[in-house]
Order: sequence, then structure tokens, then C-alpha cells
Amino acid sequence: MKTNTVQPPEVSPIVVKDLTVGYGERIILQNLNFEIKKGQIVTLLGGSGCGKSTLLKHIIGLYPPMQGEILIQGRSIVTANETEKREIMSCFGVAYQGGALFRALSVAENIALPMEEMGHFTKDEIKERVEQKLALMHLEGFGNFMPSDLSGGMIKRVAFARALALDPALLFFDEPSAGLDPLTSDMLDDVILEIREKTGATIVMVTHELPSIFKVSDRVLMLSRDEKSIVDDGSPQWLRDHSEIPFVRAFLSRNKNN
Amino acid sequence: MPDNQNNKREANNQIESMGEGLLTLGQTIRSFIEFIGESTAASWECLCHPKKIRKRDLLISLNSCGADGFPITLLICLAMGVILGYQGALQMHKFGADRFLPMVVGCTIVRELGPMMVAIVATGRCGSAFAAEIATMKLSEELDALKTMGIRPVRYIFVPKLFAMLLMLPLLTVAGDMVGMFGGYMIGNLECGLTADVYLRLTREGVRIGYFFEGIIKSFVYAVLITQVGCWCGMQTGKDAIAVGRSTTSAVVFGILAVIISDSVMAKIIADLSQL
Repeated sequence: MKTNTVQPPEVSPIVVKDLTVGYGERIILQNLNFEIKKGQIVTLLGGSGCGKSTLLKHIIGLYPPMQGEILIQGRSIVTANETEKREIMSCFGVAYQGGALFRALSVAENIALPMEEMGHFTKDEIKERVEQKLALMHLEGFGNFMPSDLSGGMIKRVAFARALALDPALLFFDEPSAGLDPLTSDMLDDVILEIREKTGATIVMVTHELPSIFKVSDRVLMLSRDEKSIVDDGSPQWLRDHSEIPFVRAFLSRNKNN
Repeated sequence: MPDNQNNKREANNQIESMGEGLLTLGQTIRSFIEFIGESTAASWECLCHPKKIRKRDLLISLNSCGADGFPITLLICLAMGVILGYQGALQMHKFGADRFLPMVVGCTIVRELGPMMVAIVATGRCGSAFAAEIATMKLSEELDALKTMGIRPVRYIFVPKLFAMLLMLPLLTVAGDMVGMFGGYMIGNLECGLTADVYLRLTREGVRIGYFFEGIIKSFVYAVLITQVGCWCGMQTGKDAIAVGRSTTSAVVFGILAVIISDSVMAKIIADLSQL
């Protein structure tokens, strides 16, 4: 006998509806609507001060929006109470611009912290997982180093490892390549692609580095400070070559005459 | 007519800026009260579940609040005892009341000056360090990182510092009291010819054990105030390096203010209670 099983529609990891964000009474971005599909690498792009990091910080629940809804794995992070927010936050990892490593903790302790606080792991499991994450970031042997002993690129990789500690389905990277030399930046791009390949995670990042965007991004959301909104949406190559907005083409081709 | 309009505009501006000032003051008070509530809840949670306290952070805080501050605290308390003894000896000698010196020095140090000087030194050392540490963490997004890991920054940062201060400040106060009285003895011996035996006996006669506990209770209150003010100032910092400096200064100024005001209040309460 043939049975028809109906598959439930897959929930998009991130859904943003009618979102307006800002600080105090100052609106930075308004009426944003977008959805990010599972496994995509999406870059939030735009000129300085257009609100990329602000949007990222609202999506991860650090600030309440002025208006609108943000759904992470189908659950609202806007209306969630403290306990629910904690549960939602355990679904994602964040790597901050400067790494945001705790200076009093060693590299291994930094990576272990989310596991100790959020997960239910034994000490041996934590140790094993820390080793795994260090290996994934090509940082074997650096577990006992303090953050002050590391280079900028290594700090970023430790921040990536910490973001991956709980094997989240969703990752947020704020300026992962900022301040790094081209080779280290390129290596981090490889790490991002490797993470997606190995874990199937959905990745949202904020960056200005065009080579990184073209190398890793499936999709770019172009933000504009003047419009206070998303002005274009598409793959970086398509936006560079076919966007109807001259500013977008110029931005992505790094040519103001384009 | 234009003069009238200008005066009106100026008056409006003044009212507006007064309103803005009051609003800012209200918001500041509100955020401090919220912080007190949040930190009290976090401390209670950690008291009920001591495993939630990160032992390493507690040890680091114990070291920085206690061991590191030991020499400077003792030195200041010794100097305070010497100053108090010298001034007391000068006046009392005129009236032939040298034998009251141990009592005056002992009571003043144990009840008031000892706990207060230790608290003021702790505000300068620990309160400012707390504010600077937390402000720097805020600037480098470490507080945001804690939040996204589901860790309440107050529990992670404030609680170990509070417990360390609650443990170390009373200990420093006891040590400060002893050294302060020793300073008084040095002057009593040099200026008034009081021997160690006599000085100790007169101190015992004049300084009741209750006075000693009075100072210790005060030191617990100071520990809470200094930690609250220091950590709150750090959390309130802005987004630049100047703001870190401003937070540190505020932590010291408001910390000392809190210590002195609370001392006045406690002095009155204790005086009233002792009359019951």
C-alpha cells in the first residue's frame, strides 16, 4: 500500500517582518522584511553607519526593536521572556568584531564557557569538544594560551570556535575579516566555507571586505543609510553586474563611475 | 518686542534644559534601582546554588580586593592611628587626662575611622577597578558575548566581586583596627609614657566588644555599596575610551559618597538602637 506522507514546510532559520530598529527615538532602519533560508551565507552590506551591526545586534536579541518581529527558527526573539530567549540563543553562535574573548580565561576556557553554561556536558565531553573546535580552526596546541598571547587572526578563529561550541544551526559573524591581512582574511573565508560544509549552518555576516563577500556569500542584503532600508537583495555577482541601483553596482565593483 | 521674545525663548530653553536634566536624573536613578534588583536576584541565586559561582573568578577577586590591598590599607590605618593619637595626646595632656587616650583612639578607630578608612581605600582601589574592568568589557563587546551565551553579565561579573568584597572588607577592617590602635599606642607611649600593659588595659576598659562588631557590620554594608556602585558605573559606560575614565571617576566619587552617607545613617541607627 502506498502511503502519502506530508512533509511539514521547512522553517526558515531567520524571518524578519516589518522591522524598525534604532536607538532611543532615532530610527536607523525601518520596515525591513526578509527571510534567510537554511544553509545560506548571507552578508549584510552597506556604507559606514548604515546600520549593519545595529541590525545584527537586534536580530540576535541584544536590543529590542522599535517595531516588528524577528523569528529565529520559528520563535520570536522579540516577545520571548528571559528563559525563552536563553533557549533561542542556544540555537546560535556569535563571533564579534574584536573577538570579545574573556581576557581572564585561556583559549580553551573561552571555548568551553558556552558549553559549561548552556549545555549539559560532562567535563570530559567539554574537553573533547574543545579539542575538536580547536582542530576545526587549525588551532591545535593553543588551548592553554591566553587571548593576550594571540595574533588578531588567531583571536578571530578562537571567537569562531567559541561561536561553534554548541554546534549551532545559525552563526553570526560581525566583521570577521576586519583589520586582518589579505592572507589571514582569505584563510578565514576558507574556515567559514568549511564550517558551512561540515555543519550545514546558516551564516549571517557583516563585512566590508569585497573579496570575502564574493568568495563566501550566497546572498547580499544591501542596506542604505539614506533610504534607511534594504535597497537590493541578490547574489553578489548578480548585484554587481545587474543591479538597477547605481550605488549598489558601484559599491560592489569598487568603482564610483560604474 | 524682540527683547521680550528673546527673554521668553531663553526662559523656555532654561525650562527645557531643567526638564531634560530631571529626566536624565530620573533615568539614572531608575537604572541604579534596576541594577540593585538584578544584582540582588543574581546574588541570591548564587547563594542558593553555589556551583554557579565561578571559583576562579572568585579567587581572582579575593586576591585583588584583599591580599593586594593589604599593605596600603594597613599603612593608611597606621597613619590614621598615629594622627588621632597625636592630636588626642596634645589636647588631653593639657588636662592631665592622658589615661583616656587609649579609649578615645580605640573607640574612634573601631567604631568609625577604621571601617571608613578601609572602605575609602577599597573604593579607590576596588570600586574603580571594577568600573574600569566592566567598562572595558562593555567596549570590547564581552558583555554582549555573555548575553548571547545566555549568561547574565551581572551573575558572571558582579557576584564573584560582591562575595570577595563581603569576605575581604571585614577582614581588612579587623586588621586596620588593630594597626590603627597600634599607631595610637606608639604615640601614647612616646608622648604620654603609657606602657604597653597599661595602654592595652585602658583600651580593654574603654572599648566594648559591641563597638568592634559595630564596625564589622558597617564594613559589610560598605562592601555591598562599593561593589554595587563600582559595577553599575562600569555597566553605564559610553562607547569610547574617555567614557571608561569617566566611569572610573564616577565609581570613586559616588562610592565615597555612598560610604559617608551610609555611615551617617548607620551611626544614627546604631545610636538609637543602643539606647533601647
